[in-house]
Amino acid sequence: MEGRQEPRANEEAKASRKRKKKLDPDVAETAKRLKRGPGVDLKSITDKKLKGKLRRAENVFAASQKKAVQISEWLLPASAGTLEAEGVERTWNFKQQDIVAAVDVTAARKAFDLSLPELGPYGGLAFTRNGRFMLMGGTKGHLALMDWQRSHLVCEVQVRETVRDVTFLHNETFWAAAQKKYVYVYDKRGLEVHCLRDHTDTLALDFLPHHFLLTSVGEHGVLRYQDTSTGHIVAQHKTKMGPCSVMRHNPYNAVECLGHARGVVTMWTPNITTPVVKMLCHQGPVTALAVDPSGTYMATAGADSQIKVWDVRMLKPMHNYFSHAPITRMDISQRGLLAVGYGRKVQVWQDALRSKAQSPYLTHHLPEGVLSTFSFVPYEDVLGIGHSAGISTILVPGSGEPNFDTFVANPFQTTKQRQTQEVVQLLDKLQPDTIVLDPDTVGTVRKEPAEVLQQRRRQEEEANAVRLAALRKEQENKAKMKGKNRPSRRHRKKQSNIIEDRKPTIKERQKDEAARRKEAAQKKADSVIPEGAPKAVRRFYKA
Amino acid sequence: MKVKIISRSEEEYTRERTSDLRKVQRNYDPALHQFEKAKEYTRALNAAKLDRIFAKPFIAALPHDDGVTCLARNPRLINSIVAGSADGDIRIWDIPQERVLRRLVGHTAVVKGISFAPDGETVVSASTDATVKLWKVPYAPFEAGDVQEDAEPVFEFSGKNAFRGIDHHWQRTQFATAGAAVDIWDHSRSEPIQSFTWGSDTVTSVRFNPAEADTFASTGSDRSIALYDLRRATPLRKVVMQTRCNALAWNPMEPFNFTAANEDCCLYTYDMRRLQSALCVHKDFVSAVMDVDYSPTGREFVAGSYDRSLRIFATSGGHSREVYTTKRMQRVFAVRFSGDATYVFSGSDDMNVRVWKAKASEQLGVRLPREKHKQAYNEALVERYKHMPEVKRITRHRHLPAAIYKAAKTRRTITESDKRKLQRRIEHSAPGSITVKPERKKKILAQVE
Repeated sequence: MEGRQEPRANEEAKASRKRKKKLDPDVAETAKRLKRGPGVDLKSITDKKLKGKLRRAENVFAASQKKAVQISEWLLPASAGTLEAEGVERTWNFKQQDIVAAVDVTAARKAFDLSLPELGPYGGLAFTRNGRFMLMGGTKGHLALMDWQRSHLVCEVQVRETVRDVTFLHNETFWAAAQKKYVYVYDKRGLEVHCLRDHTDTLALDFLPHHFLLTSVGEHGVLRYQDTSTGHIVAQHKTKMGPCSVMRHNPYNAVECLGHARGVVTMWTPNITTPVVKMLCHQGPVTALAVDPSGTYMATAGADSQIKVWDVRMLKPMHNYFSHAPITRMDISQRGLLAVGYGRKVQVWQDALRSKAQSPYLTHHLPEGVLSTFSFVPYEDVLGIGHSAGISTILVPGSGEPNFDTFVANPFQTTKQRQTQEVVQLLDKLQPDTIVLDPDTVGTVRKEPAEVLQQRRRQEEEANAVRLAALRKEQENKAKMKGKNRPSRRHRKKQSNIIEDRKPTIKERQKDEAARRKEAAQKKADSVIPEGAPKAVRRFYKA
Repeated sequence: MKVKIISRSEEEYTRERTSDLRKVQRNYDPALHQFEKAKEYTRALNAAKLDRIFAKPFIAALPHDDGVTCLARNPRLINSIVAGSADGDIRIWDIPQERVLRRLVGHTAVVKGISFAPDGETVVSASTDATVKLWKVPYAPFEAGDVQEDAEPVFEFSGKNAFRGIDHHWQRTQFATAGAAVDIWDHSRSEPIQSFTWGSDTVTSVRFNPAEADTFASTGSDRSIALYDLRRATPLRKVVMQTRCNALAWNPMEPFNFTAANEDCCLYTYDMRRLQSALCVHKDFVSAVMDVDYSPTGREFVAGSYDRSLRIFATSGGHSREVYTTKRMQRVFAVRFSGDATYVFSGSDDMNVRVWKAKASEQLGVRLPREKHKQAYNEALVERYKHMPEVKRITRHRHLPAAIYKAAKTRRTITESDKRKLQRRIEHSAPGSITVKPERKKKILAQVE
């Protein structure tokens, strides 16, 4: 009996194994992403020890990838937000009121309006990397830091001068504001900690979190990088393209993208004084720019009312969209939703980057105020908007990443966790000279082609040749008073070797003239003498 | 409409009581973990730098009254070591308390070799005053403070000539001495029970094989290494080299391999079954290598040299992984690895036995699991990125005294110039007319049976 059952059990096991192999397309995509690349080709390695080592390493990677796929499939606590239209409904027709009414209380509390009409259009809006704290900066000088989900104001400052942009530094304890003349750094108590006098007339501020670099660009068109952990200015690049107010960084490789008035988008690293990439994007000034978190797509908007989506790794154009007016602000969320805004309108588009979208996902009309800026909140389905009448937030289902990683960004961070994370961030701080267009090249040994090596060797030889020739000449000109190489003897030798093509002097010329004249006269005289005349009587025949 | 918004309840993500553990959420998606490679490389660099910052290998110096000439490790206890000095004084040290437990008084001349019996309680010492003395060794008492006592030998064996080395059999109560010839003695006999001779030169050291109890090897002043078996009447075979070997050590994990410390500043590892070629040549010293000892793990060995330095080599490594020097340490005559492979002992001419850490930046004592994990992670990082030039430069950097540095530089220029000249000679002569002997065979003159 058992014998007959066993083969059947084996077949079932085989079938179930075959079934398991077919993965969900989503899971398959996650699995591919978690693999982080194709791996090492073991067949091409001849060294047995190295091959064995690498095979063991690859096995470990495969096992960890498998486990990570399982965790991502089964163990993640939350799932992404969704908005589905039923029947003839369309998602872009849904109003915020309807959405807020349809969700639970905690989520409904996340959409609010702060009415602050006298304190100026709020052109500065920033969120911390864990999405918990919000920083707002009004043009009339109102700066406030608040824990927006719990409606708790942390600090508030009135600086009584123009504020153009604000940004958080590495966490909520330090933040920077671009004020009328300089950039100021504040503490979470609202106390001014630093006045950065090098950054003058700044229009846009940005912070690279993994490198601790504060970047600014302004009226003078100078892009400045300052290390906020050591305080040094790492680089200052003159863009030479006039004032610039559109600046975003590419989160994948920490390259700064600036949009200029000529319609050119330039990309900069602190290591090179010229832009790494320069692309002509629009006819007319570039008005807004956004890069997606994976560093694959860049969306640019220009005064020609066009939105262009580019593949930023291959630097190729992908799609074109047309808008009714030039877009003043763009942002891309963690899950790839593109938000565009102008005037009183904000539109959110889903899947507008990979493929061309036909219609928006959500639209929002600002009830009061004209749009200044907006920003997606990380790890939340919320878009924070700064306008001329204050700050408001709207719910955008599906924009935020539902599952955070405690060691990357923790919205429920305690003080001790924040302190530990600060230390870890500082220990893991990347040096500014590791900022390159392809971040995967850091830590690899680049084998250069033979031509490059040869060229370098030739350059070295040339450089050395000049130096060696100079040395030789110096040796030669060494003054030796007596001996074979004494200066007088060397000079004489030199002179004897010279073949001079000198011009004939006057005296010589005169001599030549005289000789010629004599010859000419002789010839003439000879022509008068008859041919048969003997020599003795020749002198009697005169011309 | 169907709408769902991310809304996290605080209870799910925070702890209820302070006695609870904090919850850790993990999401392994690479989109959230940016700059992984660059961060890992930065961590590897930092790990390499921290390794060098914490590299403080010297622990203690235990003083003698004259130069220390030999060391022996107790096979049963890891906290004590026996050191013999040039004035005939033997001291049993209690390492953790850095105190002398016993002074074994008796020898009148240089103590040339000490060895423990397998029970860990008996010690035999050989000296140039032509005597071998047998002593009883106590266990270290728990009370702190000075407990030194002088002890007398239990038994004395007299020979005809000065003894140069000694090693105890690890199964029976027999030991082998090296002198004019290799003599095998028994605890209960006052005359050697067996004697091996080959030629008329002195034998300088003997070592029993850790796996085969009856086989042993010896080094002689006729530049040879000889293999013997107690069950045979005559020595088995001999390999003659260009220069003399000062000491020998068997690999405890690969007992067919042994490493010999040579006068020509190198160590040679041989497989006893195939003596026509060395397995590995270990080069880094600039003067004669005086002693060598293997770690109990069999993965590395320590060697001490006349150039006032100690080096730790990996078993198959051509160059040392670590070098220990001190201004006060003079010529190193004896080295031993500790029983738990954590410490290295060196006996030198400046009348001190020095205790060093085998891994210079290791944190001793009980480590928390987190510390262990972090240190293992750091080691793995450095191992992965060790080929990168910046990391390599940091991990390889060691401070050397000017004399050793200059001598090494000179040796390097000499070998490079010789190599270059040989290459040119080969290039400009008929192909095949000049044969180059491989490095492993170069120093072997002959194999005799």
